[in-house]
Amino acid sequence: MANTFTITADPSGTRLQPGPQGARPRKVLSPRNIIVYGTLTVAALYYLVPLYVMVVTSLKGMPEIRLGNIFSPPMEITFEPWVKAWAQACTGLNCDGLSRGFWNSVQITVPSVLLSIAIASVNGYALANWRFKGSEIFFTILIVGAFIPYQVMIYPIVIVLREIGLYGTLYGLILVHSIFGMPIQTLLFRNYFVSLPEELFKAARIDGAGFWQIYFRIMLPMSLPIFVVSMILQTTGIWNDFLFGVVFTRPDTYPMTVQLNNIVNSVQGVKEYNVNMAATLLTGAVPLIVYFVSGRLFVRGIAAGAVKG
Amino acid sequence: MHDTVSTRTQNSVSIRDLSLSFGSVKVLETLNLDIRDGEFLVLLGSSGCGKSTLLNCIAGLLEPTEGQIFIKDKNVTWEEPKDRGIGMVFQSYALYPQMTVERNLSFGLRVAKLPKDEIDRRVARAAGILQIEPLLKRKPSELSGGQRQRVAIGRALVRDVDVFLFDEPLSNLDAKLRSELRVEIKRLHQALKNTMIYVTHDQIEALTLADRIAIMKSGVIQQLDDPVTIYNKPRNRFVAGFIGSPSMNFLKGELAEEGGRTVFRTNGVSFSLDGYDASEPLKPGRKVILGVRPEHIKVDGDISGGEVHEAVVDIEEPMGADNLLWLKHAGHVMSVRIGGARRYAVGAKVRLAFDMSMASLFDAETEERI
Repeated sequence: MANTFTITADPSGTRLQPGPQGARPRKVLSPRNIIVYGTLTVAALYYLVPLYVMVVTSLKGMPEIRLGNIFSPPMEITFEPWVKAWAQACTGLNCDGLSRGFWNSVQITVPSVLLSIAIASVNGYALANWRFKGSEIFFTILIVGAFIPYQVMIYPIVIVLREIGLYGTLYGLILVHSIFGMPIQTLLFRNYFVSLPEELFKAARIDGAGFWQIYFRIMLPMSLPIFVVSMILQTTGIWNDFLFGVVFTRPDTYPMTVQLNNIVNSVQGVKEYNVNMAATLLTGAVPLIVYFVSGRLFVRGIAAGAVKG
Repeated sequence: MHDTVSTRTQNSVSIRDLSLSFGSVKVLETLNLDIRDGEFLVLLGSSGCGKSTLLNCIAGLLEPTEGQIFIKDKNVTWEEPKDRGIGMVFQSYALYPQMTVERNLSFGLRVAKLPKDEIDRRVARAAGILQIEPLLKRKPSELSGGQRQRVAIGRALVRDVDVFLFDEPLSNLDAKLRSELRVEIKRLHQALKNTMIYVTHDQIEALTLADRIAIMKSGVIQQLDDPVTIYNKPRNRFVAGFIGSPSMNFLKGELAEEGGRTVFRTNGVSFSLDGYDASEPLKPGRKVILGVRPEHIKVDGDISGGEVHEAVVDIEEPMGADNLLWLKHAGHVMSVRIGGARRYAVGAKVRLAFDMSMASLFDAETEERI
């Protein structure tokens, strides 16, 4: 072996020439870094400063708020405003705080999300894999539906709900939310199912699986990511909805957002900024938690469901 | 293109006047094909020729616009895929990612609600044949490409069907694995003796595996024959050019009379056609294309008599076992395959002899074999 190739190593043990070698050093304060991190910091502050103000204000008592230093941290932390916002704040006739609206919102959001996702996923699956006569036209109409402003349809829907006896009930609102979520949710699911390899669907058909068997046993287990995305979109969308909530419910079935508005915009008495801030944070907490919890699940879902050909 | 007269009972799969169009695009046109029981038929063609479409029609995954499909003499044109007695293997394997290998294999049987011991028996048998027993508890993502394709074949195997359909099963594998699995598929066919219909664009796969090859172009079968006939007696210029690598040499010219014999003449150079087996009389003056495969031109020492031409070496391509010479002669550049050990310098003069018994003549207009 020694004859076939000889290494002529110099005594110092290195054969490298002086000069550049390996990875090129990067400057931390390069113009590129300054622009990227600068922009990100400004954008982050833009969103975080108001949040900071809300949190500190909600933890102050009214005398301290009247001092006017909105950026200063609370000298004396109090959870009184949170308790009041949740359980005592007056909205119209009731003085039991946001808790009533919270449970109303839960009762509206959970069934609406489940119902709309269930229907939209089957819709999307059918549109992606079981092309039927006129499926393209059906899909186009659905997409157009996503671009029609909701306000246009409110009055007709009020009449329809009145006629079928659901106006003012939670069921009516659940129905409305499910229907209005349909175009964008169907689009979401259809595009996802189209992106799954078509041969999987064909293989399942050869194996004798029917419409529902393929849906439940092949497609569903591969679709966790899109279900999570859809759930995030629907939960935040429905929870944050104000328009439908105020139009289609009565005071005792008002969702949290409508109640929040009634608390914050009440013209009587002293403006309790700390209670308002706490109420707003409470209302926004649910979508926030959904993001934090399922965002992680979402990433994991993508990794677990990876299908490589 | 070919006769459809046949005795019904011998055929495993019969396709009668099958047409399929997507809107105004005709993918298949009144296609007829009879596949014998136990035959290995390869559908060969470049992408978009309709070969996969035809396979999907046989599988029942696509509805034909017109025509009928028989499997085992039963008209299955309107049958569901599962009721056709077929198993299918896909290019992308199409294994269910969330199921273990075992559950992938048994999925179809579980859907059909077969008794558990029967399912176990069939899975064990398929796993034994394909030697995938150690993989049964794994998920597809934990398998290599070759193992995945073996599982995909196993999924067809457990269905206990008469006809296997392969849709480019080896195209996603690397070259080494592809040739290994090719042999395995051939061995599988010899062991099972099922009818197999195999779609590929790889002519080596077609030539090595097939009992018969159907070469397709724009939805029409160009030639349906055994590999040797396809290779040596291509029915038209398309088939001649499609099969064979390096490709056949095509020389444009015309037939002429010389010394009482018909010769092929191009750019003033005459080629004797002695030994050519023409299917019709060769009329002088007819515009034709002469096709000669690179290995049917003899060089220097290999020449054993007959007409000798002289050419100049243009380029040499050593390929290991073979050496491909590109020669200039009679205004054409033609490739000649010689042994890998024989080397020539560029510009060297070589003597050539054409083996006309292995050549092909095509009409210049119709490009059909004469």
